[in-house]
Amino acid sequence: MHGVSKRFPGVIALDSVDISLAPGEVVALLGENGAGKSTLMKIIGGVYQADAGSLIVDDVPCTFRSPSEALDKCIRVVFQELSVLENLDISENIFLGRELRKAGLVDRKKMRELTVGYLEKVGLKRPPSTPVAALSIAERQLVEIARAFSMKVRYLILDEPTSSLTLEESNRLFEIIADLKNEGVGIFYISHRLDEIGVVADRVVGLRDGKNAGALTKEEITHEAMVKLMVGREIAPSVNAGPTTASEVVLEIKELRTSRYPNIPVSFSIRSGEILGLAGLVGAGRSEVTRALFGIDPAQGTIALKGETLKVRSPRDAINAGMFLVPEDRRNAGLTTTMSVGENIVLPAWHKFSALGLKKQHPARKYATEGVQQLNVKTPSIDQIAANLSGGNQQKVVLARWLQMNPKVMIIDEPTRGIDVGSKAEIYTELRRLAAQGLAILMVSSDMEEVLAVSDRIGVMHEGHLSGILDRKDATEEAIMNLAVGGAK
Amino acid sequence: MKFGKELSIFLILMAVCMFTGYKNPNFFSQANILNTTKMIGIYGIFSIGMGFVIITGGIDLSVGSVFALLGVGLSMLLTEHQMNPWLAVLIAVAAGGVLGLLHGILVTKAKLQSFIVTLCGLMIYRSLARTITNDNTRNFSDAPQAKALIAFVNGDWMGLPTPMWLLILCAIIAFIVLHRSVFGIRLLATGQNEESARFAGIPTQRITTITYVVCGLLAGVSAVLLAFYTSSISPNGHGIGYELYAVAACVLGGFSLRGGDGSIIGVVLATALLQVLRNMINMLQLSQQLEFTLIGGVILAGVLIDGAIRNRKKRIPG
Repeated sequence: MHGVSKRFPGVIALDSVDISLAPGEVVALLGENGAGKSTLMKIIGGVYQADAGSLIVDDVPCTFRSPSEALDKCIRVVFQELSVLENLDISENIFLGRELRKAGLVDRKKMRELTVGYLEKVGLKRPPSTPVAALSIAERQLVEIARAFSMKVRYLILDEPTSSLTLEESNRLFEIIADLKNEGVGIFYISHRLDEIGVVADRVVGLRDGKNAGALTKEEITHEAMVKLMVGREIAPSVNAGPTTASEVVLEIKELRTSRYPNIPVSFSIRSGEILGLAGLVGAGRSEVTRALFGIDPAQGTIALKGETLKVRSPRDAINAGMFLVPEDRRNAGLTTTMSVGENIVLPAWHKFSALGLKKQHPARKYATEGVQQLNVKTPSIDQIAANLSGGNQQKVVLARWLQMNPKVMIIDEPTRGIDVGSKAEIYTELRRLAAQGLAILMVSSDMEEVLAVSDRIGVMHEGHLSGILDRKDATEEAIMNLAVGGAK
Repeated sequence: MKFGKELSIFLILMAVCMFTGYKNPNFFSQANILNTTKMIGIYGIFSIGMGFVIITGGIDLSVGSVFALLGVGLSMLLTEHQMNPWLAVLIAVAAGGVLGLLHGILVTKAKLQSFIVTLCGLMIYRSLARTITNDNTRNFSDAPQAKALIAFVNGDWMGLPTPMWLLILCAIIAFIVLHRSVFGIRLLATGQNEESARFAGIPTQRITTITYVVCGLLAGVSAVLLAFYTSSISPNGHGIGYELYAVAACVLGGFSLRGGDGSIIGVVLATALLQVLRNMINMLQLSQQLEFTLIGGVILAGVLIDGAIRNRKKRIPG
């Protein structure tokens, strides 16, 4: 592949990336969340089409318009998101789209016989007639991998295949990878687990912000070298005012257990005037913590706000206590995009503007207008439909909604995802200003630069554990990444 | 134009009235006007209730069977137990509310789809009505204490029948609740995007449940009106398929079955249009069997035109 580029609205996902793969070679792709690894693999697999650049398979330039065209070239992709169908059994999933036939009918018997062999290969001890709905996530992943092997394959792409496998299952997968290598299959391997890359990869290619970030040969592969490859960029000048003087603890979380990681307690506290950044890889359990604190998901543990224990059974409880969440998904959770800017700001505060249950429009409009002005939201009027605003301005509307309700604690999940640089800076300034007013802020972010620029302390999560909290002065991208991939502090 | 849709239904309604009146002057006779507005009143009240449920993205298919069950229940209270008629009516309406509450709890707490919950209601309530009556048609002839109330319900005041006055009252209250109250804006937010509403601290489950209770209560009111109007309740056929008139009126009146959108004026006008169309078939001595072809065709045309207008707005921005 040469000079491959891909744009999405507002983002350049890939910018002139070169990458190659020889038969019988395992190339690991390394990069942070959003570095462009999955996009690149989806172009190779025919899911997306590149805007520029060329894809050359066996000296022949190709453009795949659909996944089936990639399949014709014996390129198989096992995506990160599982694509097995729950309503079918294992053998039906493995032969999906190319069912064996006998006299025009599906030849289940033959399919099941063949499936037994594939399952043995991946080490899944289940009868082929088991419905996929009855399988665990790890077992489903094995079915997906077995499906890839069941076809003639010359190039295989594995996107985080081990993310839900146990150590034993992973080792089994590495054996299969070694076998395939010997058969001359070329493999792209994406993983955040650095130790396993050291085991399987012949070569490592780094991606950063959609560009090539260097490569490592087999001999050069070390933990440190890989971490450096993932993050090694200039750190943006810090916008935080430096560590604030010790002040009262506003929010104290003890042994919080979320529904996703019910056996892993998380404890931390945030002081008045402090921004605690929460870093980690996708799926580390950070959003689950924010949802639990805001009462969206059930959770166990104690939450104390200014020393008083707070029972959060629903968002209403959190809101009444002055603890607000700006969720990750702006369009489907943060805002009701079909409503106007003004309605979105007033929505949680109507009880202040009602008499006998009826809306008092005038004070409500004044309140919404104040919110818009305070955050400098660029909108023609408060009657504009929220969907028509840019991402940055939508995020400001969500912030304005809560700022108008006198927050004590603000929880912000990915504050600037998909937002242009100008609005980003404004939002950072706003967060610092709020902290200066004495708020306690919890900011979840996958953007390393952002975490370092805005936070006073940085907590790092790995697979549900809070693997460490770093003070601003000790925090480097390497130190955070090390904790995020499960390394020791 | 904010009330464009309501205005167009109103104009079509007027056109159908003029046309029918022109073909058969009896359309404008006092008897026919009283009868048609009575039907509009009875159907409009439970259509408003249906509208509230549809705004949440749900549906209530059990309405027709609720009519049968509450109808025979009301008859039994009045004839076999000689109950005070006002008390009996109150019990019937409350029973409708309780059934709605049950639907609401099953939808929000047990997370069942409203279609399934109320489809089961449709079957169960009909079957219960038939079981407790042994399939015998019930009436109110042995309830002398209820004579005055029945006469009142079937009577008229200032040129309009009682059910029409009740509809006007219900419509005014519903209009204020939906378009002017805090509950209304929370209901619309819940219907448009329940997840977002939840993140704004709105108790979406409670709001959804309340809409089913409202639907049940209004179905209870309509059940009483319908029972007194027909004064003969055959458990097998009474009210059968009536829920579909309500769904049709909502769709025609500008509600989205996906939820989050609705107009009280729209549903009332659409109910009126459907009832006038039914009346037109009588007046013009068309074949009775044509009724649903006509109603189905009108709804389809309405939805098609609406979709065409919406797509055009999308193509030409601003």
